[in-house]
Amino acid sequence: MTTATPAAPTNKLGLTRQDYVGSKSTLCPGCGHDAITAQIITAAFEMNIEGHRVAKLSGIGCSSKSPAYFLNQAWGFNSVHGRMPSVATGAALANRSLMNIGVSGDGDSMSIGLGQLCHMIRRNVPMVYILEDNGVYGLTKGQFSATADIGSALKHGAINELPPIDPCSLAIELGCGFVARSFSGDPKQLNTLLKAAMAYKGTAFIDVISPCVTFNNHDASTKSYKNAKDHDFPLHELGFVQFSELEQVEIPAGETKAVDFPDGSKVTFRSLHDDYDPTDRYNAMKTLHQGLEKGEFVTGLLYINPGKPTIHDHAHLVDTPLVHLDQKALKPGKDVLDKLMAELM
Amino acid sequence: MSTALATASGQGTKVNDFSIQVATVNGSGSQTANNVLMRAIFRMGVPVSGKNLFPSNIAGLPTWFTIRASAKGYVARKAENDLLILMNPETAKEDVAKAHPGALVIYDEPLKLDALRQDLTFYPVPFQQLVTAACPEPKLHKLVKNMIYVGVAAALLDIDMEAVKAAIASQLGGKAKAIELNQGAVVAGYDWTLANLAKQDRIKVAPLDKTQGKILIDGNAATAMGAMFAGVQVVGWYPITPSSSVVESLIDFAADHRKDKDGKSTVAIVQMEDELASAGLVLGSGWAGARSMTATSGPGISLMSEFIGLGYFAEIPGVFVDVQRTGPSTGLPTRTMQGDIEICAKCSHGDTLHICLLPGTMEECFHFAYESFNLAERFQTPIFLVTDLDLGMQNWMSDPFQYPEGQLDRGKVFGEKELKEAKDWGRYKDVDGDGIPYRTLPGTPGGKGAYFTRGSGHNEKALYTEKGEDYVALVDRLRKKVETAKSYVPKPISRDLGSTKGVLAFGSSDPAVIEAQDALAEAGLKLDYLRLRALPFTAEVDAFVKAKEVIYVVEQNRDGQMAALLKEFYPAHAAKFRSVLHYDGLALDAQSIISQINGLEK
Repeated sequence: MTTATPAAPTNKLGLTRQDYVGSKSTLCPGCGHDAITAQIITAAFEMNIEGHRVAKLSGIGCSSKSPAYFLNQAWGFNSVHGRMPSVATGAALANRSLMNIGVSGDGDSMSIGLGQLCHMIRRNVPMVYILEDNGVYGLTKGQFSATADIGSALKHGAINELPPIDPCSLAIELGCGFVARSFSGDPKQLNTLLKAAMAYKGTAFIDVISPCVTFNNHDASTKSYKNAKDHDFPLHELGFVQFSELEQVEIPAGETKAVDFPDGSKVTFRSLHDDYDPTDRYNAMKTLHQGLEKGEFVTGLLYINPGKPTIHDHAHLVDTPLVHLDQKALKPGKDVLDKLMAELM
Repeated sequence: MSTALATASGQGTKVNDFSIQVATVNGSGSQTANNVLMRAIFRMGVPVSGKNLFPSNIAGLPTWFTIRASAKGYVARKAENDLLILMNPETAKEDVAKAHPGALVIYDEPLKLDALRQDLTFYPVPFQQLVTAACPEPKLHKLVKNMIYVGVAAALLDIDMEAVKAAIASQLGGKAKAIELNQGAVVAGYDWTLANLAKQDRIKVAPLDKTQGKILIDGNAATAMGAMFAGVQVVGWYPITPSSSVVESLIDFAADHRKDKDGKSTVAIVQMEDELASAGLVLGSGWAGARSMTATSGPGISLMSEFIGLGYFAEIPGVFVDVQRTGPSTGLPTRTMQGDIEICAKCSHGDTLHICLLPGTMEECFHFAYESFNLAERFQTPIFLVTDLDLGMQNWMSDPFQYPEGQLDRGKVFGEKELKEAKDWGRYKDVDGDGIPYRTLPGTPGGKGAYFTRGSGHNEKALYTEKGEDYVALVDRLRKKVETAKSYVPKPISRDLGSTKGVLAFGSSDPAVIEAQDALAEAGLKLDYLRLRALPFTAEVDAFVKAKEVIYVVEQNRDGQMAALLKEFYPAHAAKFRSVLHYDGLALDAQSIISQINGLEK
């Protein structure tokens, strides 16, 4: 940054985009994950998020390093491999006023952590869950992951013969109320999806194809930049309007659809192909499966269901974040113990 | 019908000093009958304990319930039973074969056991006939049949029928029809016995005044109560015997006592998908500032060990209750053991050393559970509360618990104000010289407290590092925290007889050790008893180890795990420690200790 440039734009908190950055990335130059990090920074800036209210959580792997690279004002937690969902669930229960942003990878989420991911979705733990999906284990130097497509080759020639797990189909199957796929090379779509995910109350799951430039970006890879670009199949053009901005923004009329969030925010859709209805779960499944058969990366907000009960509803918790309760609320009095003792005599 | 035969007598009457063992089939409702029998004796003022030896099965397999009555207050399991009540055809013959000479045997008449041995006194009872007369509904016969033996035993042992009726009423909690039916069955057994069986004067119950004001409780309920009063906020668990009832009790207590005025809960209790997730939940919520816990048993600790290492290394509070059972692997899931001492002390790969609390009584289950949350937050680390099946699931007499007065210790936490005042705060800086840094909680405003938590190498500022000197400084400081903990954890309890020889034990071994210590002293061998109540070893343990010439270390495992820790931490005294071991899955009894110590003394 040079000093003579005009003042950087600020958001409603008076902060610049620069206030949302993190430490310098140590990932390989050109890594898709860094492009995703850039969009997380932009989305948080544009959503006027207070950094201290964010918990950044991850497991282990290249993707899981990236929470260090955004929102320095937020608390970060780089946990153990595949187990970030349970840590996030604990944080969400302890303090429901936090915004959880989880970053995981295809090894972390689809192999070692598959079980935890499934159960986090079942419980509808409020968080933005970003799966940085490159089809390989990068940090251990290029073994196949469970999202590698059949026929996809490693740099050194090994061919994957096992069927991939499709993260988005799985999330929809498990009842996730916000399921999206994007591509690290499509910043506009990713930015909109991230903003909508940040406004969503519940688990917002985004599978982002994020090429590994070092181990999986060659011609025989289906998760390369070229292949992702060639086969990206966006369902719609997306818009996101935060509740507070509604007065200033005109929702385009005509073929554009909108889905309202309980807080008044809106996601808008303009279909690019058939009239895709993102609130139709069965059609979302069908579209995903058809895309897989054709070798297309169907991208966009595949399924949205605002207003699903979250883990906080299921646990019938007090409205106050548990960590803000004082001793009076937490420790029953002597009369309670005396009564319990009398019952045992 | 009067097949019972000569009056059992000969060795003098044992008043309020005997053991009863009831053999039934699990799932037959015998638990209620056994509890009534135990509580009736308790209501007569006689100290009791009840131990259920049950299979890992829901219905149809053998189960044994042992009731010990002891005027002296000895509540350990007794190896020899004075009265057997044999209701299970499958085990009856073997039970008879194993019986201690002179024992009384009440049995279901069709089993025809009386010819098996000459040195036992048999009391055949026509249970089916009695239950048919007492209970009009055939489908309830199986359940009510067990209540008949309560009446038979009451008549033979002089147990007060009013005490039995009161025990039934309290056991069945106001269900009028069930109370009437069960009381009817007890009376039927009682009346029939008086009319048909010969009296005996081998064992008797006589009114006493030693249970006034006492409670009967199991350690898991006591632990749950301690957690509730400690203000536990987030609980993650996965069902596993013998720990499940910790959380199930907590769910019940919290439903009554941890709701706000709108009926919303101040504690989140979540049944997780496995123990790994339970541990993750504990750390996630502990990190975010909540008092968090899980309860599990050995297999769960094995699964949680990765997270526990993270909690130790990244300094995150959390309470891990381990209700030990017989391992390794699935082991004997419904039998007791002190087999997780070393895994708890050193859980995780790499170098760790954890603070472990070792309750040995019901009051300690309660108070140590409460205290474990204070320690977890004070030391910013996972704390183990190590109990076992015997403490956790069996019935123990106790004084009522004292209310834990005072403030909850939330440890060293910097808020917005402190961060503003502090110069150069670092998450992992040892400012006070006690090894314990100051932490901040996510959500703290002011822009100063954010940091990155990681299980990889980190420096005082919580930044990633692979430098050797940073790593050494970190793990040495973690070790220092354990040194600091020595003045915080519960001190051991001593029961001195002025000897140069000692016996050291912990946890559920306590009642058997006390009984053995008394018996050995009576026979001329005095031992000073030190009961450990926590790890790390405190100054009192140092003094004991240094002062004694010989120390018998009593524990319920094969390898002498506590003895191994003692040898590690007191290498100069390693030759003093002699292991007294018990590991067949049954609760420890005094005789096992006495005979082993006598053997080692030779």
